[in-house]
Amino acid sequence: MLFSVLVETRLRPGIADPQGATIERSLPTLGFEGIRGVRVGKAIRFELEAPDETTALAQATAVTQQFLINPVIEAADVSVAVTESV
Amino acid sequence: MVARVGVILFPGSNCELDALEAIGHLGGTAELVWHGDRSVEGCDALVVPGGFAHGDYLRPGAIARFSPVMDAVRTFAADGGPVVGICNGFQVLTEAGLLPGALQKNAGLKFLCTTITVRVETTTTALTSLATPGDELRIPINHFEGNYTCDANTLAQLRAEDRVVVRYVDNPNGSVDNIAGVCNEGRNVVGLMPHPERACHRLLGSEDGAVLLRSLLASAGTPVA
Repeated sequence: MLFSVLVETRLRPGIADPQGATIERSLPTLGFEGIRGVRVGKAIRFELEAPDETTALAQATAVTQQFLINPVIEAADVSVAVTESV
Repeated sequence: MVARVGVILFPGSNCELDALEAIGHLGGTAELVWHGDRSVEGCDALVVPGGFAHGDYLRPGAIARFSPVMDAVRTFAADGGPVVGICNGFQVLTEAGLLPGALQKNAGLKFLCTTITVRVETTTTALTSLATPGDELRIPINHFEGNYTCDANTLAQLRAEDRVVVRYVDNPNGSVDNIAGVCNEGRNVVGLMPHPERACHRLLGSEDGAVLLRSLLASAGTPVA
């Protein structure tokens, strides 16, 4: 089965996010009020061939933990969805 | 014995020639080691130079960590061989797990290209053995992601074990505890953001980096601590 995988990475709580802070500071200048807690992360998408959803999620999580994030500063949410059944 | 220093060359490295030149100028011999090589045989010390290894894609150092040569670098380091990561090389060594912590974007979100002052905090490392504690060195920095960070336990451990090698006198990038460079437990692996290889000759505006690279040459082939 073919799965589409979405990995959303973000900085862990307590890790300074200068990009998010800069965006947040600039918002009032542009007239956007009342926005706070801006944090910038990444979205990484790929397709994965696996026999079932449990295996797909396990493989996607493994590649995320071992490569796609640096666990010292980042965390991630991994989701998988079937795109094509054979 | 003239120390032979291997300078690891990744696609996207751009400070390898500076390192070769500086080491040669200081009396060592240096040679490039391609990142696809699986051996660092014949080297007495290693430098992981600055630049943008593998384009810095994903994160600085994230892909370089998987280059074939890194297994040899790990073994060399585990056997006590002196290894220094400069700038991007520091990022590579943290990603490879040879040094603790991580380097994130500068607090000011600016690429910094300037000369700063660092203070030598410990002299029992492969990079500072010939320096004096408290020495203040004028050395250039060139980085966007030099903001050193680590969890509170790691920071406490680095302090307790005297493993902060150099600190910024005037913190340019938001690094925790003004950290500009750290070493591993064995004190033979050192990473720092400033570029000592660019401060080894009067013509470059500062010779303050020379004591660091001389220390590396001195530690080549001899136990560090």
